[in-house]
Amino acid sequence: MTILRTVNLEQRAGSISLLRNINLEVKRGEVFVIIGPTGAGKTTLLRLLDLLDTPCAGDIYFDGRKITGPAVNVMEARRSLAMVFQKPVVFNSTVYDNIAYPLKVRGVNNSVIRSRVEELLDTCGLSGFAKRRARTLSGGEAQRVALARAVISSPAILFMDEPTANLDTASVKAIEDLLADFNRRNNLTVILTTHDLQQGQRLAQRAGVLMQGELVQAGTPQEIFRSPGDIRIARFVGMKNILRGIVARQGSGMAAIEVKGRVIEAVSELPAGTAVDIYIRPEEIVLSLQGLQGSARNKLAATVMSVSLDGPLCTVVLDGGYTGAPEGTPLRLEALVTAISAGELALRPGQQIYATIKATAVKVLPAPHSAD
Amino acid sequence: MQELWQALVQAVQLIARLDSEVVEISLRSLYVSAASIVIAALFCVPIGGLIHFHEFKGKKVLINVIQTFYSIPTVVVGLFVFLFISRAGPLGGLELLFTPGAIIIGQVILILPILTGMTISALNGVDKSIKDTALSMGATGTQAIWTIISEARFAVVGALILGFGRAISEVGAALMLGGNIRGYTRVLTTAISLETQRGDLVLSLALGIILIGIAMVVSVIMNVLLQRY
Repeated sequence: MTILRTVNLEQRAGSISLLRNINLEVKRGEVFVIIGPTGAGKTTLLRLLDLLDTPCAGDIYFDGRKITGPAVNVMEARRSLAMVFQKPVVFNSTVYDNIAYPLKVRGVNNSVIRSRVEELLDTCGLSGFAKRRARTLSGGEAQRVALARAVISSPAILFMDEPTANLDTASVKAIEDLLADFNRRNNLTVILTTHDLQQGQRLAQRAGVLMQGELVQAGTPQEIFRSPGDIRIARFVGMKNILRGIVARQGSGMAAIEVKGRVIEAVSELPAGTAVDIYIRPEEIVLSLQGLQGSARNKLAATVMSVSLDGPLCTVVLDGGYTGAPEGTPLRLEALVTAISAGELALRPGQQIYATIKATAVKVLPAPHSAD
Repeated sequence: MQELWQALVQAVQLIARLDSEVVEISLRSLYVSAASIVIAALFCVPIGGLIHFHEFKGKKVLINVIQTFYSIPTVVVGLFVFLFISRAGPLGGLELLFTPGAIIIGQVILILPILTGMTISALNGVDKSIKDTALSMGATGTQAIWTIISEARFAVVGALILGFGRAISEVGAALMLGGNIRGYTRVLTTAISLETQRGDLVLSLALGIILIGIAMVVSVIMNVLLQRY
């Protein structure tokens, strides 16, 4: 069931457009992660959703009710929401008073406040911190106080704006564990922004990609990271092997795409003559010394340019050569194999090898008009 | 140096034997200045808050004017209030002239700009994220404003101490509006002025030491209270 929905949300600062046509739908109880590079508009969007700022155009619906516009009681709507900011913000008072704040401003009975604060201090690993001045805490501790303070009033949606951006690894894990715990135990809906792709994949049940003020793709992390919607997203999610080409032939849903003088076959309905961007995940490239006999449609002879070990994995950069104009840049591919396989193949720079790629592993998208 | 030493000894003796006139003058000084600062704070903190939290045309000019009045001479304030409360003035009927109330009015006007300006500066010093956090945690607009003022309490109390210091140490308004009437409007500063004119420099210095002592004790008490809350 949808808990939050935006319709054509827009925000501007003077003549500068910060957000455009944001149509977002978040389901009750899910962790929705908004990923995007710095400056994409993530904080601006969260501030609009938390009703801290007013959008220039568009509407926000919470539980089916419109919560933007002149006739809306913003205060009532805002009390169902809470936000944790990127920089840990704590009031200049004790940890207890910080966590108790949302209940105090709601006029809740002191004994209820005491039991709720004690419960959260315990849950957040802050037992014994009640009387500490919040400003004397470390960044990680302060962010846990901010998280406890945000959830004490049992909000329907918790917004978190890059909550772990400035924290050490242990603190990041503590915050992520708490977040997952609150989400699971209280069915708390969480909308979190991050530019950390790994964190996005770790936490998201669904995700949206925000780029240059536009929500360019939304779906499961699997969909976004394996099938990015366009070349910008592909680059942002760390896709390697992004190549520009042109559909040379089309037949029965199979496209023969000419890339730097080589032909790569892919599953695509795009007609001949279409300029396309293709991308191939490094782990989808199979390396062999003789060239595999099998169903894979693409078998390229290549030269190993470099081999770099990274723990149990090994990145191999291949030069696929160039069969077109002599001044052209070679077809360069990056493959990811296990260190064991790299050892067995005795990979070394200068070695001749075959790269085999299934047609289904080649993602094809029409190239944007502004060729880059 | 000799006179300073004698003054210090005499100040200690005056305090030790609780000289009735010195106690009375000191308590009056304390009362007049404390009343001034409380009344001024009741106006200035909300006014400073209003100016800080609202955007309007001429805001910067207004703040500049307020800051200019930090250094308004006490005799000018004395003269201004005198014109209002003297028998021929618009408030002459209240018969305030040469009463402790007149001194309080003068001192309130004297410290209004300092307290207002310093409150604005104190609120400017509070991180913008505090307001967002308060609102996001469910505070009403008014509750958020009080949260911000509470965050700025160290600086606001600093402004109160400064205002109190300006009030208790001024002589111009107290002399012109209070008249330095023994047992009624005489305060430490006007007493010092009188004793100096009479040539009793040691007593003047002793009263001066008591004045500084009071200012110091008030400042220490305020800071101790602040650390606790």
